[in-house]
Amino acid sequence: MNKHPLNPAFVRQARRRLLRMHFEAGVGHIGGNLSALDILLTLYHEVMTPQDEFVLSKGHAAGALYLTLWTLGLLSEEELTTFHQENTRLSGHPPPNAIPAIAFATGSLGHGSGLANGLALAERLRGGKGHVFCLTSDGEWNEGSSWESLIFARHQRLNLTLIVDLNGLQGFGSTAEVANLDPLAEKFRAFGLHTIEVDGHDLSALRTVLTPFASNAGPRIVVAKTRKGCGVSFMEDRMEWHYLPLNPAQYAAALKELDEETDRGRH
Amino acid sequence: MFLTGDLGYAALEPLREALGKRFINAGVAEQHMISMAAGLARKGFRPWCYSIAPFIYARPFEQIRNDLCMHNLPVVLVGNGGGYGYGVMGATHHAIEDYGALLSLTNMRCFVPAFDGDVSAMIDRLMASPTPAYFRLGRTELPKGMAQPHYLNWRKLCGGGGATLLAVGPIVGGVLDAARKMDEASRPSIWLVGELPLIDVPPEFKSDVTRSQRLVVIEEHVPHGSVGQMVAHRLLLDGASPRWFAHRTAQAYPSGRYGSQLFHRKESALDVASIMDLLKTGATHG
Repeated sequence: MNKHPLNPAFVRQARRRLLRMHFEAGVGHIGGNLSALDILLTLYHEVMTPQDEFVLSKGHAAGALYLTLWTLGLLSEEELTTFHQENTRLSGHPPPNAIPAIAFATGSLGHGSGLANGLALAERLRGGKGHVFCLTSDGEWNEGSSWESLIFARHQRLNLTLIVDLNGLQGFGSTAEVANLDPLAEKFRAFGLHTIEVDGHDLSALRTVLTPFASNAGPRIVVAKTRKGCGVSFMEDRMEWHYLPLNPAQYAAALKELDEETDRGRH
Repeated sequence: MFLTGDLGYAALEPLREALGKRFINAGVAEQHMISMAAGLARKGFRPWCYSIAPFIYARPFEQIRNDLCMHNLPVVLVGNGGGYGYGVMGATHHAIEDYGALLSLTNMRCFVPAFDGDVSAMIDRLMASPTPAYFRLGRTELPKGMAQPHYLNWRKLCGGGGATLLAVGPIVGGVLDAARKMDEASRPSIWLVGELPLIDVPPEFKSDVTRSQRLVVIEEHVPHGSVGQMVAHRLLLDGASPRWFAHRTAQAYPSGRYGSQLFHRKESALDVASIMDLLKTGATHG
């Protein structure tokens, strides 16, 4: 596994490659992939140890996960070009039993946190020191099963970190319009969970809050405020980029923006 | 590893004592219980998840489909009260479409014991199962004075010169008791199957159907996804269809009234008297 210290140039290259994946495949979901990418890169390159586990509950960010595995050398460039094509392992949502680094097929929301609980409970029963990370969307907290998992994790004081990609947009509206859970972090706190709020695109802050501070501290929630379509101004915080593929002009414009990104002082 | 959906009062306490930390009350949260079981199985544990039958297969159906079956993880779903087992507790507590629904999922297998003695034999098989499985528990109806039949997936419980009867689960007991009182020439040849899906049927069963040319299947389950459909399909493929075929299944709630397991069997013509009448009708065929 080839871990890299994250720097703006590395992240920008990853973001460019993610856009290219989606452009060449002609598929959507780019918005939620861009909102999650910084979190995934930070986790895999700077936080997780070999004994840790990761579950992508927001399976529609499969592209960002594949891209992250590619940056680690766990998926080849050749395979990345098959994303969303016929006869690929890299389906639009993570596949079962196909890629060793991907524990579970996800895509139906509200499953990942329960799967993560099982991994964390197994680790505790075995006396292991591994930590379990699970990335959820914000819309998926509409699912009752997510709250079932939360109650259990808190009750059993499981050693895991749930990360919420709080981009504020879900399938057919903003999270505020559809079923407003604001303030979500306060709801987690009311469940008795250690809850941390962070800028989901601040790599340094992400690294700090995601690094587990003790092996038996119980579950914690990192609410990462993100922007859907992060890094591409015409995509940011716009619901249609949950669905739309990029046309050539949009792709060129997006790449141009990323090249100018340092001027915006994001990283 | 045993997980319960907050059920087991006055029954599971000894198991809880024996398993210690490997016994988890997952609360009234079946969807989460199944996802968590998948996580445990992924790490090498063999979880058994327990609840009243409909709460273990219907409520968390998508978790069974995605988290267990797609990954082929060896988790056992234990459903208590198969068929109309919960009687007058009502329709929400019945499981009359359980194995049909579950067998539509890749990698799933279902085990249906008929007698007390089948349970331990099936547990041994379930412990060794490499796939997800469902264990449909009911109450034994072994005829008085009859020894526990040795467990086999396919069993011929009673020979006879009449129709061939194939049963699933405890419902076979009453029919077996009635058949034992008949003369050998007219009584049905009674078969029992315990493990589903039916991949094949044994040659002895097929020979029996060829002999009698009359096949009756009885099961406390709706027609869709039933053993009757599976065995008819198999016999058609093999060119071994009998001339007369009858299938008695759960008819849900035709009167809109509720009662004991026997009440619901009567409403579906699955009680012993109705089945024996059917067999008499069948005697005029073939």
